[in-house]
Amino acid sequence: MRINLQAIKVIYKYEMLRAWKTLFQSLASPVISTALYFVVFGSAIGSRIDTIEGVSYGLFIVPGLTMLSLLTQSIANASFGIFFPKFTGSIYEVLSAPVSFFEIMVGYVGAAATKSFILGVVILITASFFVDLKIAHPVWMATFLILTCISFSLFGFIIGLWANNFEKLQIIPLLIITPLVFLGGSFYSVSMLPPFWQTVTLFNPVLYLVSGFRWSFFEVSDVNVGLSLGMIVVFLVACLLVISWMFKTGYRLKE
Amino acid sequence: MNSIVSIQNLSKVYEGGHQALKEINLEIKKGEILALLGPNGAGKTTLISTICGIVSPSSGTVKVNGHDIIKNYRDSRQMIGLVPQELTLGAFETVWNTINFSRGLFGKKRDDAYLEKLLKELSLWDKKTNELRTLSGGMKRRVLIAKALSHQPEILFLDEPTAGVDVELRKDMWNIVRRLRESGVTIILTTHYIEEAEEIADRIGVINNGELLLIEDKKELMHKLGQKQLIVELKEPTENLPNLLSKYNVSLSQDGAKITYTYDTRGDGTGITSLLQAINESGLVLKDMQTTQSSLEDIFVHLVHDDGFDQKEKNIDQTAKEEKPDAH
Ligand SMILES: Nc1ncnc2c1ncn2[C@@H]1O[C@H](COP(=O)(O)OP(=O)(O)O)[C@@H](O)[C@H]1O
Ligand SMILES: [Mg+2]
Repeated sequence: MRINLQAIKVIYKYEMLRAWKTLFQSLASPVISTALYFVVFGSAIGSRIDTIEGVSYGLFIVPGLTMLSLLTQSIANASFGIFFPKFTGSIYEVLSAPVSFFEIMVGYVGAAATKSFILGVVILITASFFVDLKIAHPVWMATFLILTCISFSLFGFIIGLWANNFEKLQIIPLLIITPLVFLGGSFYSVSMLPPFWQTVTLFNPVLYLVSGFRWSFFEVSDVNVGLSLGMIVVFLVACLLVISWMFKTGYRLKE
Repeated sequence: MNSIVSIQNLSKVYEGGHQALKEINLEIKKGEILALLGPNGAGKTTLISTICGIVSPSSGTVKVNGHDIIKNYRDSRQMIGLVPQELTLGAFETVWNTINFSRGLFGKKRDDAYLEKLLKELSLWDKKTNELRTLSGGMKRRVLIAKALSHQPEILFLDEPTAGVDVELRKDMWNIVRRLRESGVTIILTTHYIEEAEEIADRIGVINNGELLLIEDKKELMHKLGQKQLIVELKEPTENLPNLLSKYNVSLSQDGAKITYTYDTRGDGTGITSLLQAINESGLVLKDMQTTQSSLEDIFVHLVHDDGFDQKEKNIDQTAKEEKPDAH
């Protein structure tokens, strides 16, 4: 099998370059909003909330806050990365180059995931200025971080392929992802909910992400860690399957 | 025949059900300049896009240097550079970065010296750090050409390269096309301007309604069109053609005011000088004269018209070219 490494490299490189130009706004806005969350939730409200399972509220929300930014930014980066060339028509040159769909995906998704990973690290660093952050299982933390970046960049890539206007590009993150993150135990423990809503929450995939990620910091979780990991892998594989189907049919890329 | 692109029974039906290509058979010769001539909506872009891999064929096969465009897409696409019809460019990258990107997509190592030469040839060198969105339409078209040539293709497709292009760019473009042809690059261009096909192509294909109506050497085509007419207007009408003119291929109009002389432009001498002398000696006085020539346009209009093509849609002026007489 031949792989056009050079093509993957240039797609990756120029996607990263694009982010570099808007570095300030791509990092400043999540850093500022994270800081605001800490001021409002961590300090103002958090000071009135007891510890949750032995963790102070300010600390407790760090993994959820990070996930909120990771998910929205992974999706935004990856979906825009492939949508924009479709929008301008410049996608023609990728389609007419000796590049496989797989290579196109690796280039775009790889760049988007890298950007989100950097963002995740920056947010954690920001958080460490507000709270005394300790990571119980750094390797697990990194694993969850990386898997989340990749799988949600894949998901964003799907949205970017599917969307044929700017509205569609925005609608899924806005209407689905943000509510799922807020309702997925990012800012509270699921055990604080009434039993009926606890059960409902179990159907929210984001719960598993946040729970596993939080466990890697504080060893407290809503669901079993193995289950969290399993859910992320399932989501990642599902995204890959959808993308390979889209590529096979040339869905919204080729006439 | 030494063909570099071989198209067999190629058809394309778009999702909406519109058949844009109907059983196209075409052999493109290595090293030639082929012009595909046809009105808007004829299927030119669809044909090119299919060969390049942007549109999937509904049926039929295309081989580029023996490589099937689907099974061996890497090998076939490697050989091809495409300048698309529309100004489809990104916005925020620089000229230099975008041509490096294009080159990289084709798996080629960086070659700054070649890209510098290319940009200079296209008068883009001083714009190399400009963002694409800041460029004028003409400059964007130049960038598209640079992108297509960035990986040194052996086959170049130019889809309506001169639509809305200024004189300067047109000149530069034809210079590049000629240089590429000399170095053995095969060039396929589409146009709906007959003059353009006439000016640059070795062979001309006429396409309409998804069908390839004709494909012929330009020379052959011109041969068929080589006849020219000289129309001499007389100051005073004459009743009969003077005897002195009987050895020429001339005819007199009904009112006796015009003499029409038909001659072959490719002959050694056109006979115009001696004819005019003979007219003079016959005592007839010239008032004015003009030549007319049947052109590619005539053939084109004829073919397309037979094909049931709506006259209003086309961009071609149906009247034969009228010129002042050549100086002989
Ligand atoms: N993506 C598409 N979907 C449906 N029909 C299309 C599409 N692209 C082109 N067509 C139709 O196919 C025909 C040929 O178009 P095209 O190849 O662009 O012609 P040309 O380049 O000769 O002007 C036209 O009738 C056009 O409307
Ligand atoms: Mg066209």
